[in-house]
Amino acid sequence: MDDPRLTLSGIPLSPVYGEGPLPGEYPYTRGVHTDMYRSRLWTMRMFAGFGTATDTNGRFRELLRSGSTGLSTAFDMPTLMGRDSDHPWSLGEVGRAGVAVDTVEDMSDLFADVDLGGVSTSMTINGPAAILLAMYVVVAEQGGVDRDRLAGTLQNDILKEYQAQKEYIFPPRPSVRLVTDVIRFTAAEMPRWNPVSVSGYHIREAGSTAVQELAFTLANGFAYVEASVAAGLDVDAFAPRLSFFFNSHVDFFEEIGKFRAARRIWARWLRDRYGAVDERSLKLRFHTQTAGVSLTAQQPETNIARVAIQALAGVLGGTQSLHTDSHDEALALPSEAAARTALRTQQVIAHETGVTGVADPLGGSAYVEWMTDEVERRAEEIFAHLDEIGGGSILEGVHEGIQSGWFMGEIAESAYRFEREVNAGDRIVVGVNAFTEGNGGSGADLLRVGQETEDDQLARLAAVRSGRDSEAVAASLRRVVADATDPEVNLMPSLIEAVRARTTVGEIVEALEGVFGTYVETAVI
Amino acid sequence: MVDTGLPIRVVLAKLGLDGHDRGLKVVARMLRDAGMEVVYLGLRQTTDNIVAAVEQEDADVVGISMHNAGHLTLGPLIVKALDEAGLAVPVVIGGIVPDADLPELEAAGVAAVLGPGASVEEVVSTVRSAAGRDGST
Repeated sequence: MDDPRLTLSGIPLSPVYGEGPLPGEYPYTRGVHTDMYRSRLWTMRMFAGFGTATDTNGRFRELLRSGSTGLSTAFDMPTLMGRDSDHPWSLGEVGRAGVAVDTVEDMSDLFADVDLGGVSTSMTINGPAAILLAMYVVVAEQGGVDRDRLAGTLQNDILKEYQAQKEYIFPPRPSVRLVTDVIRFTAAEMPRWNPVSVSGYHIREAGSTAVQELAFTLANGFAYVEASVAAGLDVDAFAPRLSFFFNSHVDFFEEIGKFRAARRIWARWLRDRYGAVDERSLKLRFHTQTAGVSLTAQQPETNIARVAIQALAGVLGGTQSLHTDSHDEALALPSEAAARTALRTQQVIAHETGVTGVADPLGGSAYVEWMTDEVERRAEEIFAHLDEIGGGSILEGVHEGIQSGWFMGEIAESAYRFEREVNAGDRIVVGVNAFTEGNGGSGADLLRVGQETEDDQLARLAAVRSGRDSEAVAASLRRVVADATDPEVNLMPSLIEAVRARTTVGEIVEALEGVFGTYVETAVI
Repeated sequence: MVDTGLPIRVVLAKLGLDGHDRGLKVVARMLRDAGMEVVYLGLRQTTDNIVAAVEQEDADVVGISMHNAGHLTLGPLIVKALDEAGLAVPVVIGGIVPDADLPELEAAGVAAVLGPGASVEEVVSTVRSAAGRDGST
């Protein structure tokens, strides 16, 4: 090896230990790359967004200066739900829990002075994901960066919205069509873009167990594979760009087993069930975020330790990118100082602990291998259930599980079980039901986003509305409606044309609702 | 409030666009297990919907869950809407609410705020005392 790593005491290390299959070899249980972090560290991708586009742009540039290697955008609730800032439902939520984006002008300000050809960007958005991708493409092209050079990830995972996060707009079937439109578009025109980040994070945050998180997420992934194949794509034309997003919770070895099992299951299913032959289609790549729900409002500094341990589990599980939560997240949106500490936590793991010197350092541990097998076995039971209720189709099984409320009931049950265990003292949460000395009176400097942000954003939106060509806007919406009506047509070109005309997110969403309808869930508690 | 001996009736809702419903669902089950009657409205409720449900269901308490940092705008709004409808029903907010915001919410007439990590006992006793029914179900 031309890059011998040494321990702190000077002991030389091999890049990997143990017998095959090694990291980089099918079924990739031990990792998707041969030497993992020796050749390339994970991407330190911190999720950020608040206020107006200009506010968030400032945070982005600060994160890049501090050594972040990718960007990740949090949109505010109205944007996530496809509503304009001046919609009555948006009152009180504009720019509060993410950045407000109404038009391509906001997107342009969001990425001002950021080299879109050089950085990779993740956008956490689902219901209106195709519209936001269209905006990103237009902003990049205005800055002279062609779409085929853009690198990044669109979350665009609508199925888990019905199951867990609840940021849906249209009913499931037309929503899945929008997902496959994006997959077809990026497969043809954006080779460096991940069109879907199949996400377990929100399923877990909503209360699921690790096994449910894994199984529901991979089932959703299989569903997108089936939907894309049904839309006419060859599996190897898009599967290499599907990416995943998992939670790293606090039960250390269960999490590591989950990440390892995820890779093995995906590789086997893609090869054996879906007939993928390209090795890249079989490799499950994932982003990890530490578990926001595990953070406590009590003694919030304790969260720094939780985050470090959870981040380490993600790294030992072989993640490709990582967001570490800020310790003040149970109190408010992350402050800049807390976000910096969270990034520093990753840098300590990457540069001081030595865990990057050897690929899959836990591989071969009897306990870790057993846990990996056990998590896999339990996940397979869930796939068998979905396959059965779907009549031999995971896609149909997932649709059925959403329609019947099965996923939501399973998640709510697990969430309640956990709360009962904590309440009964069967499960210790430090600072909450044990070791509570020192609780109370957090003097932390919290990030505050006030009403003035909403007022600013309303003024920005009004200015765009009055300065645009209203005939071009109306024409663009007519084309969106016409294209939406024909399921054979890909909506992306008409969405790009619409956002270029400064048509708002809300106007496009309402036009699409006219064709697709609006989803209302039957609450399951 | 007169203790009728009937179970406390609680309307639970998410006000606004925020979809984080884990906490509210857990609270719904906690209150049910404590013998209360829960009317679970769920996601994306408006002040009008909530007021209508309170009136129709003859609710004793309204529980609103907020994780969207919009509580200073929306909390006072629901109190005011109930007030204008002539409904003297206390509002309890649960979710992510910084301590510094508590005085403003209290001044606006919010009866109580439950933060992350609140135990079953705290949740149940807060709702009971908001309903003026300490020591009963």
